[in-house]
Amino acid sequence: MFAIGLTHYLVVAAALFTLGVLGIFLNRKNVIVILMSIELMLLAVNLNLVAFSTHLHDLAGQVFSMFILTVAAAEAAIGLAIVVVFFRNRGTIAVEDISQMKG
Amino acid sequence: MSLAMSDLTLALPELFLAGAAMLLLMLGVFRKEDSARVVLVLALLVLTVTLVLAYGVTPKTGRATSFGGLFLVDDFTRFAKVLVLVATAFTLAISRTWMEKEEIARFEYPVLVLFATLGMLMMISANDLMALYLGLETQSLALYVMAAYHRDNARSTESGLKYFVLGALASGLLLYGASLVYGFVGATNFETIAKALASHHAPQGLIIGLAFLVAGLAFKVAAVPFHMWTPDVYEGAPTPVTAFFAIGPKIAAFALLVRVLTGPFGPMVEAWQQLVVFLAAASMIVGAFAAIGQTNIKRLMAYSSIGHAGYALVGLAVGNREGISGLLLYLAIYLAMNLGTFGIILAMRVKGRAVEGISDLAGLARTSPMMALMLAVFMFSMAGIPPLAGFFGKLYVFLAAVNAGHIILALIGVLSSAVAAYYYLRIVKVMYFDEPAEALDRPIGPTLAVVLAGSLVFIVFFFLVPSPLVGGAEHAASVLFH
Repeated sequence: MFAIGLTHYLVVAAALFTLGVLGIFLNRKNVIVILMSIELMLLAVNLNLVAFSTHLHDLAGQVFSMFILTVAAAEAAIGLAIVVVFFRNRGTIAVEDISQMKG
Repeated sequence: MSLAMSDLTLALPELFLAGAAMLLLMLGVFRKEDSARVVLVLALLVLTVTLVLAYGVTPKTGRATSFGGLFLVDDFTRFAKVLVLVATAFTLAISRTWMEKEEIARFEYPVLVLFATLGMLMMISANDLMALYLGLETQSLALYVMAAYHRDNARSTESGLKYFVLGALASGLLLYGASLVYGFVGATNFETIAKALASHHAPQGLIIGLAFLVAGLAFKVAAVPFHMWTPDVYEGAPTPVTAFFAIGPKIAAFALLVRVLTGPFGPMVEAWQQLVVFLAAASMIVGAFAAIGQTNIKRLMAYSSIGHAGYALVGLAVGNREGISGLLLYLAIYLAMNLGTFGIILAMRVKGRAVEGISDLAGLARTSPMMALMLAVFMFSMAGIPPLAGFFGKLYVFLAAVNAGHIILALIGVLSSAVAAYYYLRIVKVMYFDEPAEALDRPIGPTLAVVLAGSLVFIVFFFLVPSPLVGGAEHAASVLFH
C-alpha cells in the first residue's frame, strides 16, 4: 500500500480549483452554479492550506483556512443577495441574460 | 505576544473608523427621518478625523509593526492612507446631490463607504498574507454591495452581479497563490517571506504562487488582461459609486501591489518584473485603443482608468525608488483629475434626468462655458499636455523607466498616450465645436463647485509648487528600499 502524501492533496486541490474556474467560464446556464463554483475554488484553497499546514507542522495555514471559511460565508450571503435583487429587476438569473451592457 | 497599548495606537485610525462606522450604522437604523443626510455629514466628519489620525500616527523609528507582525505602519502606508482618505471623503461629499435627485439617498451608502475605506486602510497596512486577504475582502464585500446599490435599476444590479462574480474569481486566484506561497516558504508574514527568499533559491511552485497572487491583485487595479469587469461595472453602477471605484480602491490596490512586490517578493524581482512590464504595456495599449469608439462617458472613463493603471504600473515595472515614487505621484495626480472629471459627470443632468452620453456634452462651451472650460482642462491634463499636472505624472514615470533602461516600455507609454489624447481631445471638440444639445441643468450645487474648483486649481498650478507632493512621494517610496 502506498501512503497518501502532500502531493496527492495538492493534486486534488489543483483539480478542484481548475473545476471551479472552468465552472465560472464554461457555465452558460445559471448564476447559482457560478456561486457554487466560487465556493469550490475557495474550498480547494482551504485543502491546499490545511495540507501544507500539516506537512510543515505549522498552525498558520489552518488559521488562514478558518478566516477563508468565515469570509466565504459572508461572500455567499452578499452574492445571493445581489442575485435576488437582480432577479427582482429582470425576472431571470440565466447567465446569458446578464448582458445589458456590452463592449 | 501581548497586545500592549503601544500596539493599538498604531492602528488607531482603523480602530476609530471601524467603531465609528458601526455606530453610524446603528444611528441610521434608529433614526427615523433625515437619517441619510445626518449619517452622511457624520461620515464625512469621521473620515476627516481618520485622516488626521492616519497623518498623525508616526512610529518613532519610522517603521513599526503591531498585532504580532500582521499590521505595519511606515511612511509609505501613511502616504497611501492619506491619498485614500482624501479620495474617499471628496467622492462621498459630491455624491449627496446626485443620490438625492435620484431618490436613492439612504444612510447605508455612507456606512458602506466607511467599511470599504476600513478595508482599504487594512490592505495598505497589511504585513501578512492573512491581513492582506482580510483587508481586501472587507473592501471588496462593501464594493459589491455599492455597485448594486441602486437596487431597482437593472443596470446597477447587473453591474453588481458582474463585479461580484469576477471579484470573487480574483480573490480565489489570489488565495490560491497565497496558499502556494505559504506552502513553499512556510510562513505568511511578509518579512519572514522576504528573509526566506533572500537566502534560498525560489522553488518552481513559489513562482506559480507569485503569478497567481499578481493576477489576483492585477484584477483589483483593473490591469489588462484582468480588466474585463471594469467597463461594465463603471457604466452600470450609479455615477457617485463609479467615481468612488475609480479613485480610492484603485489607489489602495496599487499600494498593496507595491507593498507585496517590493516587500516579501523584493528578492524575486526578476520573476515578477516581466509580469508587470507585460501588464503595464497591455493596459496602456488597450486603455488607449478601446476607448476610442465609446459613446458613454462612464464607459470611456473606465477605459481611461485602465490606461492610467498602465502608466502607473510602468513605475512599478521599473521597480526602484524612482519608479515607485513616480507611481505614487501619478496616483495623487490621477486622484485630482478623476475627481474633477467625475464631478462634471455628476453634474450632467438634463431636465432633472441624469445623462451620460458624450453627445450630451455637445456645445457645452456655449450653454455653460465654465463647466466646459473645467472639463477641457481635466481632459488636457489626462491627455498629458504640459504644463498641467497630468503631464508631470507621466513625465516622472517615463523618466524613471528610461533611466532604468526600460526604453521600449517608455516608448509604448508615449505612443499610447498620444493615441489616448485623441479621445480626450474629442470630448473637447464635442464641447467647443458641435451644435449645442439641450443645456445641462444649473446650478450644480456648492459642494460640487468647491470640489471642481479645488481639482482645477491643483491641476493648473501643480507645476508652480510641485515639491511638497513630489518630496512626499519620494520619501514614501524610499522607506520601501531600506
